[in-house]
Amino acid sequence: MCLGVPAKVIDLMENDVARVDVNGNQTEINIRLTPEVEVGQYVLVHAGFAMEIIDESVALETMQLLEEMLQYE
Amino acid sequence: MSDIKDYQQHLLHAIQAETAAVALMEVCGTHTMAIARSGIRELLPPHIKLLSGPGCPVCVTSQGDIDAVILMVQQKDIILVTFGDMMRVPGTSSSLQEERSKGADVRVAYSPLDALRIARENAAQEVVFLGIGFETTTPAIGITIEQAQAEGLKNFSVFSLHKVVPPVLELIFSDPEIQVDGLICPGHVSAIIGAAPYEILARKYHKPCVITGFETIDILEGIFMLLKQYDQAEARVEIQYRRVVKPEGNPIARQIIDRVFQAVPARWRGLGIIPASGLELREQYASMDARVKFHIPEMEEVPIKGCACGEVLTGKITPPECALFGRACTPLQPIGPCMVSQEGSCAAYYRYTPAKGRG
Amino acid sequence: MKQERILMAHGSGGLMSQRLIDEVFKQAWHNEIMESMLDGAILDLPAGKVAMSTDSFVITPLFFPGGDIGKLSICGTVNDLLACGARPLYLATAFIIEEGFLISDLRLIAESMAKTAREVGVKLVTGDTKVVEKGSADGVFINTTGIGVIPKGIDYRPQRIQPDDKVIVTGYIGDHGLAILAQREGLSFSTPTLSDCAPLYQLGEMVSKYGAAIKCMRDPTRGGLATVLNELASQAGVGIRVKESDIPVSAVVQGACDMLGMDPLYMANEGKMVVFVAADAAQDLLADLHKLPQTENAAMIGHVSPEPVGMVLIETELGAERILGTLEGEHVPRIC
Repeated sequence: MCLGVPAKVIDLMENDVARVDVNGNQTEINIRLTPEVEVGQYVLVHAGFAMEIIDESVALETMQLLEEMLQYE
Repeated sequence: MSDIKDYQQHLLHAIQAETAAVALMEVCGTHTMAIARSGIRELLPPHIKLLSGPGCPVCVTSQGDIDAVILMVQQKDIILVTFGDMMRVPGTSSSLQEERSKGADVRVAYSPLDALRIARENAAQEVVFLGIGFETTTPAIGITIEQAQAEGLKNFSVFSLHKVVPPVLELIFSDPEIQVDGLICPGHVSAIIGAAPYEILARKYHKPCVITGFETIDILEGIFMLLKQYDQAEARVEIQYRRVVKPEGNPIARQIIDRVFQAVPARWRGLGIIPASGLELREQYASMDARVKFHIPEMEEVPIKGCACGEVLTGKITPPECALFGRACTPLQPIGPCMVSQEGSCAAYYRYTPAKGRG
Repeated sequence: MKQERILMAHGSGGLMSQRLIDEVFKQAWHNEIMESMLDGAILDLPAGKVAMSTDSFVITPLFFPGGDIGKLSICGTVNDLLACGARPLYLATAFIIEEGFLISDLRLIAESMAKTAREVGVKLVTGDTKVVEKGSADGVFINTTGIGVIPKGIDYRPQRIQPDDKVIVTGYIGDHGLAILAQREGLSFSTPTLSDCAPLYQLGEMVSKYGAAIKCMRDPTRGGLATVLNELASQAGVGIRVKESDIPVSAVVQGACDMLGMDPLYMANEGKMVVFVAADAAQDLLADLHKLPQTENAAMIGHVSPEPVGMVLIETELGAERILGTLEGEHVPRIC
């Protein structure tokens, strides 16, 4: 039950609604679960709701860490 | 920093080089699909097994529950709004798709909020949303219910088939017949529940748990991290999917689930009744509970002869080891829930595994 | 004609029917064959094998970004004739119109058909209209049946497909399916994607220069690329192997599909062809396709193999092979 896609927040509207963009497609979603989100940030969207704010930088950290481990393979 | 493709190949080779015989289980239908689509299984050595557990909320919905929804659709004058996943799931003698072809007003929606809109636009008709899913999806339905109540909508209700994941993990780990050495934890469920529920399990059963995302690269990293822990005889909870999952999860989402729902015993198809694993609307939302509103009875569970879904769902056997797999039971003519849902273990296996891997 | 909307009387065959035909259809489609006012059309056909194709169009919405049911009804049948290797010549059409339909919309549809037919050089020569009671049709249903002639040296049939033949798709996959989906009531998302609905006569002409090197062509409409590849693998008694990373899908379509839990490989296309070509002509064909604006994003996506018979295998980004199945049931947005 987990299909979610990263979407860029392009506008914050009333009533917990935000307009998001996924590669040029736009839709309105509910941001009750991520009230502190700002325009320009990416959120994970599932069933019309933002679940979490996405932090790409930590993905790179994991990759770097694992690459180090791989050096010792 | 090497190219992503190189990195993926590097991870894959490292995994292929592991010599320990290990069985890793995922408990998320979306992981089942992602693993099948990526073809990872074909590239892993035979001693590294990827098991598919009871992570498909559609698959684990009991036949009785589906029959109850179909009964409601047949007998009551309602508009049923549902996620697309539920349309083809067969009950004992029908499905929502079939009921629609017979004239029932069944509509597919992407979000429970669509059902609210339909309720507003059709004030004279009863609108029921079929709530299904684990903790990833339940907060959305919770918010929808609260919004409906705030608006004073009288013609909207939810038929809850929601379940929670931790109790079934307890069941799997505590079953001496099930051999699982590590858990690929569901990425989006974990975004809600955080790491704490797995900490308890990891300590109690001494199994490593890695909260994993859904891209091919995520799955490779997750498997690699589990194998590394296994090598060191460790049993920690790690988060591979750090870009989305925080250790504390999403407290707001959990509060909403807790406010609107309460845990009740629930029947999981093929597994029986698991305590505190289902979610029912709380007393103060009874007017939004479709089961209560329309007096829908509990329906009998009719066992399917020869169906080994229960064993497949707990990873005791792989899909090809079921006698019906690929013969009497195929995606076009599914017998049990594992084959019915698009991301059910058997369906994913059948659809994606080249002919040589089939039963 | 004073009415704004179609009435049952417009389908009764009498004066009102005649007025409808004169003032809407003949106005839009005037040509000398239609003018002759016979029950059928008498045609002069050049020598050669005749190809015939029929299709019915029941799409909603009737007007969508990138086209309308009228344009689609011409493109659909024209492209099917082109896939047979034929030069499309004549079209017949039948309309089933719902009572209450706006006559101004009917005019727009007829004019759209005329415009597309003119572009292709195909003539609408005979037709029929019926009116059904309100609720019995979604506005309008259109059937078009076309005939064309196949030049010598052209023989496009699944049975000609052989192992080692290459598979080319002529552009981005899934555009039409997404454009229509976004219009569906209840799915409130907007997409810049337009339907790719287009008549592929330039493609047909260019490809015909390759003669016998072209084994088969088909347009991946309902069910999408995956379904058409499976159909052809079955009909030809061969296996088809494609590479996921080679299949052209726009970032917009991929993003929308990710959001809705759908797969571009099963989304409809109305302006694309899948071409099976002999291996030694494949690169040249691809280069030629890239010169046409309609097919500038053409890509070689795979090849034909002796086995597994009747199946399509797709190589994933990891280099593993998995089955690419045909569409089962409806393709609907999912949450899992």
